Amino acid sequence: MDTTARGSPSPQDLPIEGDADVVRVRQAMRTFAIAARLGLVEQTKAVTAASELARNTLVHGGGGEATIELVSDGRRRGVRATFVDTGAGIPDVDQALTEGWSTGTGLGLGLSGSRRLVDAFDIDTAPGKGTRVCITKWAR
Amino acid sequence: MAKKDDSTQVVTLLRERRDEILAGWVAGALAGMRGRMSEAEVRTELSALYDALVKATGDGLPPSTAPELDELRAQLRELSRSRARAGSSPSETAVSIFALKEAVLSELDDASGAESLADFLVFSRMVDDMGLITFEAYADARESVIANQADELLELSTPVVKLWDGVVAVPLVGTLDSARTQVVMEKLLEALIETESEWAIIDITGVPAVDTQVAQHLFKTVVAARLMGADCIISGIRPQIAQTIVGLGIEFGDIVTKAKMADALKITLEKAGLDIVRRPAPPT
Amino acid sequence: MDRVPVLKLGDVLLVSIQTDLEDVVALALQADLSDRIVATGARGVVVDISALEIVDSFIGRVFADLAATARVLDAETVVVGMRPAVAITLVDLGLSLGGVRTALNVEKGLKILRQDLGLPMAEDLEAITSASNPLAG
Repeated sequence: MDTTARGSPSPQDLPIEGDADVVRVRQAMRTFAIAARLGLVEQTKAVTAASELARNTLVHGGGGEATIELVSDGRRRGVRATFVDTGAGIPDVDQALTEGWSTGTGLGLGLSGSRRLVDAFDIDTAPGKGTRVCITKWAR
Repeated sequence: MAKKDDSTQVVTLLRERRDEILAGWVAGALAGMRGRMSEAEVRTELSALYDALVKATGDGLPPSTAPELDELRAQLRELSRSRARAGSSPSETAVSIFALKEAVLSELDDASGAESLADFLVFSRMVDDMGLITFEAYADARESVIANQADELLELSTPVVKLWDGVVAVPLVGTLDSARTQVVMEKLLEALIETESEWAIIDITGVPAVDTQVAQHLFKTVVAARLMGADCIISGIRPQIAQTIVGLGIEFGDIVTKAKMADALKITLEKAGLDIVRRPAPPT
Repeated sequence: MDRVPVLKLGDVLLVSIQTDLEDVVALALQADLSDRIVATGARGVVVDISALEIVDSFIGRVFADLAATARVLDAETVVVGMRPAVAITLVDLGLSLGGVRTALNVEKGLKILRQDLGLPMAEDLEAITSASNPLAG
């Protein structure tokens, strides 16, 4: 991994085209979460959210890309992951975000669940326009 | 090169009359320190600062955002920290920086008049900035001490104790906010694994108020414990708390709750397959 | 593709998940386990996830499905060794394991199976094999 002069890792782009890529996204997310000094539970939440979104990108978005990076708001560090695909897009985002409790199949649980795991969650999607989800988890 | 103000007179003075100005500075600084540091220590400190100042002023006074001042800033922060450790208040530290102005002023040639006044004002502004830097460094250091202490307090106030084989207890004291609850949950769950306990008693006698948020936090803890293959009993529910809970419409579902920890302990021991028996009275 | 090994301990199948599970490996495990339950007539399954750092909704569903399938094949499943961080995350994720039984470790998992189903424990294996119990092997 490249590092900047100050020794922190620079953003990493990862393709999401197969199952093994989802695992790689998890591992990269873990590495960055550790670098951002997240505690173990926060790391686990961040990596789990990334796993959900990476899978969504693969299964529902037809494949895409993830970018993982360290961020800072001046007082504390965090990890940010952005998932982009050029798939069919999500027709009813609000519904997707509220559906899927414990029996969730498909998108529901992955989206709404991962939103609960992170501090910031942005989704940009429309039918025919693909999907872009950006999550951020800050160190406590 | 950054824009330079016309203060060559003061800068030249700093170079040519180093010994005199430094002596004056040290004396001025010592006066306000009430014996916290020895003269030798102050002199060493201020010489280093003096030289950094001279280097930073180069051919004149650069604006305060120039990179030449980074070394000076770093020195000022370090000075602030060491003074704080020695017990100085941030004002004392800042005032000892300001003492440099007096020292320079007394070396300024009276004959130069208006020109030297203009020079001096620019220099004075710079020294003010230096003093402010020491003040800010002090504030930052205090904040991080407070943050560290808050963390430690969090750790210390959530002890998890093993009551018996297979039973741990955590007495909660104080208000339950998100941060604390997270810490409590983690410690409790880890203790369950470490002690191979299937039961946790969460005692809330020391929790002043139970609202829906607190109830939610307790729920999450119990659900997590159950996911892991253990379970929890909540004890220490005071009569007022019980009324509040009912009033708020909070349902504890199938989570067992008890007023007294002793009762909670009895239940968990029974579930662990143990009976507590009173020994028969000895024959008289 | 890596496959997760399935061990037989008397009447119980033990699955120890060691690494980060790829989705396809998890699905293969589900299939393998069903095959082994039928082939061995196993009555219990212990899934040890103490090495798993992440359980997301997909993996969670695989475990729930795995247990449901096993039950249809007359075997009970216990998932053991869930890490605290994983449990806390699952709660926030809103995922339940569909009522799958859980235990703190393999030993307690086997105990549950024995108590609930009257199944012999691993140390009874000697007795089983020496008595040529038709259920063994």
